[in-house]
This record gives sequence, C-alpha cells and structure tokens, in this order.
Amino acid sequence: MKKRFDFLNLGIATSAALVMAFIYFPMLIVVLYSFNPETVNAFPMKGFSLKWYGKLFENTSLLSSLKISVLIGLGGTFVALVIGTMGAIAMHKYQFRLKRIFERVVLLPITLPGILTGVAMLSFFPLMGIKISLTAVIIGHTTFLICIVLTQIYARLKRLDPFLEEAAADLGSPPLQTFWKVTLPNIRTALIGSAMLAFTLSLDEIPVTFFLIARENTLPIEIYTMLRRGITPEVNAISTIIFVISLTALAISIKFGEREPSIV
Amino acid sequence: MRSKLNANFYILFLPLALWMLLFLIFPYLRVLVQSFYTTNDFGVLQPGFSLDSYRRFFTKELYYFTLIKTFGLSLVVTSVALLISIPLAYYIAFKATKNKTLLYTLIILPLWVSYIVRAYAWKIILGGEGILNTFLMKIGLIGTPINALLYSDFSVVIGMVHIYCPFVLMPIYTAFEQIPKSLVEASKDLGANRFTTFFKVVLPLSLPGIIAGATFAFVLSLGDFLAPILLGGSNTLFISNIFQNMFGTSNDKPLGSAIGIVLLMVVLVVLELSSKAEKRFGSLQSNKQ
Repeated sequence: MKKRFDFLNLGIATSAALVMAFIYFPMLIVVLYSFNPETVNAFPMKGFSLKWYGKLFENTSLLSSLKISVLIGLGGTFVALVIGTMGAIAMHKYQFRLKRIFERVVLLPITLPGILTGVAMLSFFPLMGIKISLTAVIIGHTTFLICIVLTQIYARLKRLDPFLEEAAADLGSPPLQTFWKVTLPNIRTALIGSAMLAFTLSLDEIPVTFFLIARENTLPIEIYTMLRRGITPEVNAISTIIFVISLTALAISIKFGEREPSIV
Repeated sequence: MRSKLNANFYILFLPLALWMLLFLIFPYLRVLVQSFYTTNDFGVLQPGFSLDSYRRFFTKELYYFTLIKTFGLSLVVTSVALLISIPLAYYIAFKATKNKTLLYTLIILPLWVSYIVRAYAWKIILGGEGILNTFLMKIGLIGTPINALLYSDFSVVIGMVHIYCPFVLMPIYTAFEQIPKSLVEASKDLGANRFTTFFKVVLPLSLPGIIAGATFAFVLSLGDFLAPILLGGSNTLFISNIFQNMFGTSNDKPLGSAIGIVLLMVVLVVLELSSKAEKRFGSLQSNKQ
C-alpha cells in the first residue's frame, strides 16, 4: 500500500490521535491531580505534593479493603484455576450430552449483566445457608472466574495437537503422567495468562460484590463509598497506584503471551 | 482424542457442573420463581403464582419508560463508541507502520484499569468545580460554571463511551487485521477510490467484528448501574437502578425479580440476534474469499 500524504490520510490520523487522547486524557488527569496539594480538583494545579499518598497510608479502612480484595482475588483465582482447568480438560476430551448447552452456560457469567448475577446470588445463597458475607463474595467471584479460566484453557486445548497425548498414551504413559508431562507444559502460558486476567477482574469487580458484601468492603466498593461521601483527592492517589499495578500486570501477561512454547 | 465417559470424566467434570448448578443456575431460577411471588403488607415474600409483578411493570410508566430510555441511551453509547472506534482501529490496522503492537496494547490497556477509576475521572473533569469548567472560566470562554456537564444524560453517555470503547476497539481491530491486504490493493488496482474500497471491501469484511463490538457495548451499557449513579443526575435512571432499588430501599423482591427477568430476556434476545448476524456475515466473508 502506497503511503500518500493528503487530507484524507491526515484526517484519519488526526481522528485516531483524538480518540486516543479521549481514552487517555481522563486517566492522565487522575494521575496528575493525585499530586495536587489542594482539595479541589481545579485548573490550573497549584503545585506539587505527595500529601494525598501520605493520607492514603493513614486510611485504615482503605488499607484493610485492599487486603480483603487481594485475599478474595487470590482465593477465587486459585479455586477457579483448579475447577476451570479440570472442566476444560473434561469438555475437550470427552463427548457428552448437554455439552453444547454447557458450552453456552459457562459464557453466561461473562455475557450477562453482573447486576443480574449479583441479585440472583443474593436471592438464592441465603436459602442454601450461605449468609451475605465474605464467603458469599468469594463464591460469587469464583463462579465467574471459573468461566474466564475455562474458556481460555478450553480455547488453548483446542489448538493443541491431539496426537501429542495419544502418542504419550501409546508409549505407555499413564493418564496422570501424560497430564503433568505433556498437557500441562503446553497450556502453562494459558494458565498464567488466565490467572492474571482472573485476578485483575476479581480486583475490579463491583456488581456481584455490591450485593453479596456484608460489613467489610473490597477496594472498589470502598472507593465507591468514598465517592458517594464526596470527592476526595485521596481517590486520585489510590487510582494512580491501581493504574501502576494494572500496567505491571499487563506487562507480565504480555511477556508470557510472547513466550508461547512452540507446539510440535 | 475423544474418549468414552469413565470415572476420570466424572472426577474432572463434576466439580464444575455442581458449582455452576448450585451457584449460577439455581440462583437464576430463584429469580424466575420469585418474580411470580407476591408480598404481604410487611413486605414479606408470599409464595404462589401471580403475574402481578409483570402487570405492574408494564403498566407503570416509570418502569417501562425507563426500560425504553435505557435501551435508547445504550444505543447512543454504542453508536458513538462505534463512530470513534472505527477510525482509530483503521489507523492502527492499515496506516500505522511502526509501533503497531504498542498502539494495540495502548487500546486494550484501559480494560485493565479499574472501572471505578475510569468513571470517577469524568466526575473530576466534568464537575461544577471540575477541571473543564475551571479551565473554560480561566480562558474566559464562560463566566459561570456549566453545572449541567455533570449529573446529566450527557455525562453518563460520555463516561460509558469511554469505559466501553476498548471492548469495541478490540474486535474491530482484529477484524481489520484479518482482511488480506492484497484484497484492498486489488480493489484499488481495479480503479475503486478509497471510499469505495472502504465501504465495499473493508467494511463488509469486518462486519462480524463490528457486530461483536457493538454487542459488547450495548449489553454492557444496558446492565450498568454504577455509571448512572456516579455520573448521572436524579433524572438519569437506568433500568438497573430501579432493579437494584427493589432489592434495597424499595424492598419489592417480586417486582425486582420481574424486572430482572425482563432485562434478562432483552439481553438474551440481543445476544442471540447478534450471534446470528455474526454467523451470517461471517459466512458471507468466507464465500467471498
């Protein structure tokens, strides 16, 4: 394709740059104003200060909400990895009735509005004896995290050479050994990728958590509560920290995405 | 390798099946059952089979009108998101020569940034004492702050476009990338100008991606209840806000459940239509190639 400099190309480039600016401007503002010494986020900024970061570390309820979020994320991701991977292998390896339906069911928590899933769980969990509590939140998170892990691993398994496992079996490898020595190394990157994705999604989840949480807040819910009480620049500071963590998580997942082991 | 069902299968599959049944399917069925219940004077659930909640939903204007309005605003969000995503995706796929991976990473990066942070950012930009108002006053364009910037339909739509834009960009970019560059060149060699090439070659071939992106934006907007709370005014109610309220302050679970079932039906119909459309235009694509 020839590169031409004219008004049409210029127009496309300009609108692309504007859209990129639209996407990043709000986040840049948040990062910038986290260093604003004033309480009001007005233009122009009145200097540079780290005082909101200092305030952050004195805010005990915010810190404990971060701890709760990380715990829920780690617990949910771990259970989701185990159940999701097992399920993906079962769905990949075996034919069974209702498989088609099941393939669609596991997409529901991802495609349906979170608020519906949240209320459904709120309506049913107490009937099973699960009180509205952190336990309920962890079960709620795990449910959609299983679906994330399952769809990712299932997609990877479908791309694998089916003869690899057969060859291992033919060479006398018992199923469990085949799994550890053949299947697992091949899906390793998908496991790391889906674990990162699951953990990040859990850390950011609001709709389901909103209905299942009792007293202790998760980080996003705590920020939400702070926002309802009124804008405080502390939110700028915590947002900037989340932004940096997200960047790191993305960098890790990209790194592992590129180190895909060559199959066959 | 397709094996016969044996003990191994059940060990692998049962945890998943039981988990989904107990924690996903039963809860949704509970909402369906609950939508046919009634409440007594104290707001306590009364089991039974009554269509009263559905009747109340479809006869009270606040309820059904909010559903229509939510539908309309979600369409606006979807259209704006498409309109701004297509040029950017097009630029990265066809025009950018270097840094393509970096640019693509940049458009998916916001997906990794907290939802609440992205919604909040608009609050400090559009607020009465916010950055946009104080900036406009500083340069003398306005004398008093425009309060209608925040807490209006406008702010909710702009916030949602911003939040859901990456979901639209991703599938459209992927669709553009998959178009063989030779097809575009062939079209130009045959004398089509760039507009004709875009509308007759590029756009039809990328329709499945565009439909997928639009569906994401639309369904996510339909079910969003936080952006309306954080960025919307007292008049900007989405159906999910009424839905949420029925399980909170209003404490009318049967009506809330009925609204939930209606919303669920709308979403399922949209998803079904979109997957049909994707398949149809997808097959169109493979015939052409």
